[in-house]
Amino acid sequence: MLSRVANSIYWLGRYLERTENYARFIDVNFNLMLDLPGDLQEQWEPLILATGDDTIFRSKFDRFDKKEVIYFLAFDTDNPNSIISSVTAARENARIIRENLTKETWEKLNETYHFVKKGAERKEWKKEDPRAFFESVKNQILLLYGLAENTVARTEGWYFRQLGLFLERADKTSRILDVKYHILLPSVEEIGSPLDFLHWMALLKSVTAFNTYKRLYGNIDPSGVVEFLVLNKYFPRSVFYCMKEAENCLFKISGSNGTGFSNSAEKAMGELRSKLEFDDVSDVIGTGLHEYLESLLGKINTISNKIDDNYFQIKDNFVSQSNRQG
Amino acid sequence: MKFEPTIQDGFFDEMYDEQGNVRPHCQKFDDLLKNSPKKKLSRLQFAADKAQMAMGMTFNVYHDKQGIEKILHLDIIPRIIPGSEWKLLEKGLIQRIDALNHFLQDIYNEGKILKDKIIPEDLILGSKDYLSPCKGLTPPKGIWCHITGTDLVRDSSGAYFILEDNLRCPSGVSYMLESREIIKRAFPDLFNRLGVRPVSNYPARLFNMLQHLSDKSKPVIGVLTPGIHNSAYFEHSYLAQQMGVELVSGMDLLVKDKFVYMQTTKGLEQIDVLYRRIDDVFLDPLSFNPDSLLGVPGLFEAYKAGNIAIANAPGTGVADDKAVYAYVPRIIKYYLDQDPILQNVPTYLCREEKDRKYVLEHIEDLVVKETNAAGGYGMLIGPKSTKEEHEKFRKLIQSNPNNYIAQPTLSLSTVPTLIDNQGVEGRHVDLRPYILYGSDIEVVPGALTRVALKKGSLVVNSSQGGGSKDTWVLFND
Repeated sequence: MLSRVANSIYWLGRYLERTENYARFIDVNFNLMLDLPGDLQEQWEPLILATGDDTIFRSKFDRFDKKEVIYFLAFDTDNPNSIISSVTAARENARIIRENLTKETWEKLNETYHFVKKGAERKEWKKEDPRAFFESVKNQILLLYGLAENTVARTEGWYFRQLGLFLERADKTSRILDVKYHILLPSVEEIGSPLDFLHWMALLKSVTAFNTYKRLYGNIDPSGVVEFLVLNKYFPRSVFYCMKEAENCLFKISGSNGTGFSNSAEKAMGELRSKLEFDDVSDVIGTGLHEYLESLLGKINTISNKIDDNYFQIKDNFVSQSNRQG
Repeated sequence: MKFEPTIQDGFFDEMYDEQGNVRPHCQKFDDLLKNSPKKKLSRLQFAADKAQMAMGMTFNVYHDKQGIEKILHLDIIPRIIPGSEWKLLEKGLIQRIDALNHFLQDIYNEGKILKDKIIPEDLILGSKDYLSPCKGLTPPKGIWCHITGTDLVRDSSGAYFILEDNLRCPSGVSYMLESREIIKRAFPDLFNRLGVRPVSNYPARLFNMLQHLSDKSKPVIGVLTPGIHNSAYFEHSYLAQQMGVELVSGMDLLVKDKFVYMQTTKGLEQIDVLYRRIDDVFLDPLSFNPDSLLGVPGLFEAYKAGNIAIANAPGTGVADDKAVYAYVPRIIKYYLDQDPILQNVPTYLCREEKDRKYVLEHIEDLVVKETNAAGGYGMLIGPKSTKEEHEKFRKLIQSNPNNYIAQPTLSLSTVPTLIDNQGVEGRHVDLRPYILYGSDIEVVPGALTRVALKKGSLVVNSSQGGGSKDTWVLFND
């Protein structure tokens, strides 16, 4: 497969997953805010801090107002990660490699793009409760995944898209969890209070994890939620699960037998996957949740750069190739 | 629906004769047209519009980062060509391509036609489209013009005339193929009953032709595109998909030791044949335009070494220069010793004194064209211009006669067309069939028919209110 095509498919995977997760981000905060006692002020700042887009936000807005935050995360074309920017980038990547996509996936993606654009024209962020819009964005992307699942051949292209998808999801699950760190409780005594409990519950709901968590753990307590979203072996949005799947994609792409590593991307991926595999929740809490998540995000970034080095960078690949020939 | 075909004086209508009687090969279609309620026709047109949108048959008009994708209007009423008429076109086109291919081989090698003074030497060697790096070169299998999309028109008597030989990278074939898919759905029974020759195997024929250019049994083939911002990007990606070959851009390719490689996730993979959709001068910044970012450094050297086939061959552009066009009848005579089967539109060469005198005296009746400008640039339409413009062009011609040719204004034929869902009226059309030159020369039995949707307009360009029609070539008459 052409490197340029692989690159576009990888980023198509990442941008679609990013779109879906930003819709979830907004949902998590809405759920949180609706559950708050009336006398507490709404907190929209944590959302911006967790996405890492706070510098651009501050350059445009004075305060973290609900409507402005929603506008910024969903419809602001100045924000390179907003829903509209991500879905546009996903579509542009798809257009570049259209000859590699099935008809159905291209048409559905096209439709989703137009849906988001219409939402921007309708000024969805001004609505009292815009959750229906974000719910719909989420569902359209899940439909796209379903179409792909049932129509796309499991060849190299499929694994590059899945690779992008799972790395992006690992990144975003970490960030959703980090929202909780940034939310201020009124006082230290509130840790473990009903309010604290509400926060954790809303967070689980935003990643469609509430029911599964309840069945597996029963009580809602912070260490349980952290263990579930970071280390769980079976939940498809946990960081470990995503890394395990992403690692498998790399093996399929290189054709390796699934042990050890055959290039620097596999090495970095394997290191992070095994750390997550053998850490337990006390390792996470011991490091500090926020610090642990920050380090995870850094490593995911490194892995993405190594994938770029190994598969997409024309010049580097040429050098290594000509060395082998020489 | 009840309608009276509008027959305009001085124009040839392809479905009805001067008395308004239907021509025999269109009888069955006319019956259907007359028996269909207006509502049904507009419903079929609506369905065709929707299908085009869903298929994404778009061409790009880029203004900002958002980009606008436009649809070329497809009229549901086809243009129908009887079998015997097509046979004549077929013969004429094969003859013309055969002669032009001889001509290209000659002017880049022995130059016999120039030495024999059939064509002025300076017209060829001085043309900006004459690529001197190609001198002494014979492309793989001796084929220069692999894919041609010749433009034809019909005059008031119905006779066909060649308007332009598009020997570079003619576009529009994806419209021919996709339009057929859509129109088939609109008139499924009729298709069978009329006996319309299929075009759907064009990608397979194109693929075979490209394969033929390499000596390998399974050569690696790619379509070379300038990229997503090119207005014909949809077509490039469509053809690559239909043939099952790679769609590559300049940045995907590199040349090493005079071999061309694609950059893949598994390293370098050699590529053997390129169907290029970028212009000659952008192909290789080392041999041609040094500013080109679209091409591949070293590609031309690899081509000269015989390690890659390029379709169409670099250098073909010189043969579709508007001044060279005037010499094509003589070219056919010279190489094949035959009279041309298809006629040229009468062309006055301002470089020749007698012609120049005529042009200067009759400029208000003529269309004056710059010889190597395309797309209506540097053009004067005499009857539609002011006295000042006439004077301006007289001066231009006198100061640089070699740069201009003139032709009489053409009376393009008409085909009934559905207008605003209101009714059926005749609109002017041209015809672009596609010719492939591989193991032999074959004309695809179909064409892109472009139609000027504006009443009375003779301009079929999509940017100026042009649309398209499906072209039905019948097995019989």
